[in-house]
Amino acid sequence: MSKEIIKIQDLKREFTMGTETVYALRGISFTIEEGEFVTIMGSSGSGKSTMLNILGCLDQPTSGIYEIDGVSMKDLSRNELATIRNEKIGFIFQSYNLLARTSAIENVELPLLYNSKVSTEERRERAIKALEMVGLGERLHHTPSQLSGGQQQRVAIARSLVNNPVMILADEATGNLDTRTSYEIMSLFQELNKQGITITFVTHEPDIATFSSRTIVLKDGNIIQDYKNQNIQSAANELAKLPKEDH
Amino acid sequence: MRILNLLKIAYKAIVLNKVRTLLTMLGIIIGVASVIAMLAIGEGSKESIRSTISSMGSNMITIRPGTDDRGPARGSGGDVQTLTLDNYETIKEKSTLLSYSTPVVNGGGQVISGANNWPSTIYGVNPEYLDIKVVGLQSGSMFTDAEVKTASKVVILGQTVVDNVFPDGQDPVGQMIRFDNIPFKVIGVLEEKGENTFGQDQDDVVVAPYTTVQKRILAIDYLNQIMASAVSEDDAPEAVVEVTDILRAEHKLMDNEDDDFSVRSMEELIAAFSSTSEMLTVLLVAVAGISLLIGGIGIMNIMYVSVKERTKEIGLRMAVGGKGSDILFQFLIEAILISITGGLLGVILGLSATVFIEKFLHWPTSVAMYSIVISFAVCAVTGIFFGWYPAKKASALDPITALRYE
Repeated sequence: MSKEIIKIQDLKREFTMGTETVYALRGISFTIEEGEFVTIMGSSGSGKSTMLNILGCLDQPTSGIYEIDGVSMKDLSRNELATIRNEKIGFIFQSYNLLARTSAIENVELPLLYNSKVSTEERRERAIKALEMVGLGERLHHTPSQLSGGQQQRVAIARSLVNNPVMILADEATGNLDTRTSYEIMSLFQELNKQGITITFVTHEPDIATFSSRTIVLKDGNIIQDYKNQNIQSAANELAKLPKEDH
Repeated sequence: MRILNLLKIAYKAIVLNKVRTLLTMLGIIIGVASVIAMLAIGEGSKESIRSTISSMGSNMITIRPGTDDRGPARGSGGDVQTLTLDNYETIKEKSTLLSYSTPVVNGGGQVISGANNWPSTIYGVNPEYLDIKVVGLQSGSMFTDAEVKTASKVVILGQTVVDNVFPDGQDPVGQMIRFDNIPFKVIGVLEEKGENTFGQDQDDVVVAPYTTVQKRILAIDYLNQIMASAVSEDDAPEAVVEVTDILRAEHKLMDNEDDDFSVRSMEELIAAFSSTSEMLTVLLVAVAGISLLIGGIGIMNIMYVSVKERTKEIGLRMAVGGKGSDILFQFLIEAILISITGGLLGVILGLSATVFIEKFLHWPTSVAMYSIVISFAVCAVTGIFFGWYPAKKASALDPITALRYE
């Protein structure tokens, strides 16, 4: 049996808006094991974003249990949460969120700057390695404006890998990309997943879900579906099937 | 390690916004530069006044007979005969804070040598006069105490007298001159001192033993004044008090009676002159200080905009593990770096401006070390003070809101 990376039990999150209480999550339970590739799906208002914020330690649940790597996130201070984000989680955003006018390698180094255990030399080495993993070994010193959308997202993926997180958390990571590029990115995710990296992917595109090993569907703050994907598509194959672009 | 990383992050942010950073710095640069330049001008004029007065003997004390304000008509001090040689002896004997002292009698007259003559003033003093006035001889020698005792007819001449009485450039030492028809032997020439602060020619003097002047020229037995020098400049005010006490006892004045003499030190003169220039300095520095303050507000303004503009970046930094304190220090260090760099440039500009003022406007300047230290410290504090609020605001941002900020 493989290791549990994420354990969530009866997780609730309520917001008070004036006099009204909004129940964003109404008691959710699931576990994610090491090496899984999970997509979390749902329409807007389903609690997807709230789920993501909590998974990413940006927000605390109102009640319930949330454990990463066996460590309970309950009652951690802002600073402790920051450390967890730094050491356990790799973030990937829809809009890449790279620092402008800053080279790829410096962008990738960013999380390590906040980890005082990593020396300058090690930081550089790890950043180069991460960029090589995403196929950008040749573009270390390009700034975001000199890179295409797909390449920028690859830099962001390298940045999420650089601190050796237990889990990568992607928020609509292909939302800003065309089909071809998003398949390329998905095939990169699949490769990384094969190497044993746990990935949680929040999306509302059903075709993205077919590339993952498991799908959790949220609606109105509840899980309505949680299934293992029996027929995982290969993004590389799908990419090959796309009509050739005219260059 | 952590601080080093934060320094690196802040440095990058500054380099990425060169023009904006430079504009922000401008306020600080001008502020610091003007504080330094203004203080240099103020200090310079103060020092030039002080050095002029010092050349007259800054620890000099003069005792004059009664500033006579008792009668309906006020006489000039010199006419009153309350200062005697006995008074001088007593002061010399009892005072502890005086290093030199001399009785002084003086009178005007005509210096004649051959066909040349020149109106001048003769000062009857003792040999300590030279030490009190801080003046040496360019040739010849001073008369001795023995020559004072015997009322010898010897004189020392000032340069102006020499120039007018010996126009051919011959050596006056050893020559005979007449002062008011009394023959004197010239035994020395005073060093040139030029005009004093008040435009008075200090070289237009004839110096002779006071006994000679008293008996042979003025035919008086009182003194016009007593000159002395305090042990040091700092002791001068106390010496004034001491001499006053001695003289009051000597003149047997009651407690309710006013002094029938006056004791003045150069300190008072210096203070009077300095206060004007000091007021000017305060004014100039106040103006410069205001520009420094405005520079500080400029920093706050830019940092505030910078935080707003980089809200999303702050959110990202927090998402990848930046703590609130990391963000706080990043912005604080940025503000401090800006103000310190601005301060350094300001010091350089201020020093160059000072050199410029000295060279081209010929104003006396003197850069005070403390002005550099103070203005630099002020701008570091400005950086911290005005950088703190925006930085604190940045660090308190909620990571989720910051990330979603557009």
